[in-house]
Amino acid sequence: MTTPRAEWPLYEVFVRGKRGLNHVHVGSLHAPDDEMALRHARDVYTRRNEGVSIWVVRSDAITASSPDEKDPLFAPSGDKVYRHPTFYEIPDHVPHM
Amino acid sequence: MPDVHTHEEDPHDSAYAGLLVNDAHHWAFGTDFEDPLAGVDTTVPDGVDPAVLAAYCLMLGDDALVLSQRISEWCSRAPDLEEDIALANIALDLLGQARLLLARAAAADPAAVPALPEGSPVPDEDRLAFFRDDTAFRNVRLAEVPNGDFAETITRLLLFSTWRLALFERLAGSRDAVVAAVAAKGAKELAYHRDFAARWFVTLAQGTDESRRRALDALGALWPLWPELFETHGVERAAAEAGVGVDPASVAAEVDVVLEQVLAASAVERPEARPLAGAHGWKGRDGVHTEALGGMLAEMQSVARAHPRGQW
Repeated sequence: MTTPRAEWPLYEVFVRGKRGLNHVHVGSLHAPDDEMALRHARDVYTRRNEGVSIWVVRSDAITASSPDEKDPLFAPSGDKVYRHPTFYEIPDHVPHM
Repeated sequence: MPDVHTHEEDPHDSAYAGLLVNDAHHWAFGTDFEDPLAGVDTTVPDGVDPAVLAAYCLMLGDDALVLSQRISEWCSRAPDLEEDIALANIALDLLGQARLLLARAAAADPAAVPALPEGSPVPDEDRLAFFRDDTAFRNVRLAEVPNGDFAETITRLLLFSTWRLALFERLAGSRDAVVAAVAAKGAKELAYHRDFAARWFVTLAQGTDESRRRALDALGALWPLWPELFETHGVERAAAEAGVGVDPASVAAEVDVVLEQVLAASAVERPEARPLAGAHGWKGRDGVHTEALGGMLAEMQSVARAHPRGQW
């Protein structure tokens, strides 16, 4: 018997759709454990036929950037146009670009 | 269809934007829904008494309809938002099974459908659901008793879905193509219901002292209703002999093995409880129910009965 917690932990939910290439963050939910989190995610986020794969992860396991760090983290890349592969033609048969 | 983007301003919201694209080529929302009866032969198979097929479908349909209504009573009252949605999904799965099975009963035996005023647009399956009295319902009594607490709802769902999944897995081979299609679709739903309920039962039984007490009480309270599920009614025997139905007694051993796994994982012993008697041996399949069914149906049917023409 474990010591009861006052509240279930929070999980973040990622769903990959039928035609989606990546898992996309769709929201969060509470669950008593990892396995139930997966089932809750199935019930809450794939009930309209959205998904073929689900990831769940405890929210407290995620390290996130802070909005306060936005300028030092992201602004420096704003003027580096040479990092974009925009100087050649992409052939028509190359998908997902 | 045009793309509908409603979130573009804040890059922190962009993960959700993909969900709001209304485009059939995109993955989100509402494409590729399947009609479980698409291309299914709806003629009654040779040598099958349509009245037997109808009565059998009514039994399976009423089981699902009545339990769906009971589980729906949790809407907005479940212990958590997540459980509320999970239970509502399960109730809707069962309602979908009920709809197809009642429609099949009506198609096989139109005489079983209650008559309504001339010109009423109410479809046959709704007539069966909303215009029969409790004595005409053929569900097992396990489906109809009141919900009790969350542990009792979970325990009922565990017992019901374990039994029904075993039936549906065999019914997928029914000679009646409609029953087979409904069972093939329903088996996937029931496999999830069983998984959901079994996990919750183990969690409650192995959780706190309080949750374990509630799980044990729930199993003890429902146990007298369990044997009825494996008693063979005359209609079930006839349907099984005609190759359209399954004798519930034939799945008892298989169901027992599954339930034993859950009970073992929960460190729970089987209760000692006598089966709930019927009236002169008549039980749910004969239309003899507990008094709880009448009250539940009165609420479920009141709107439809007040407006039999579907107008107000």
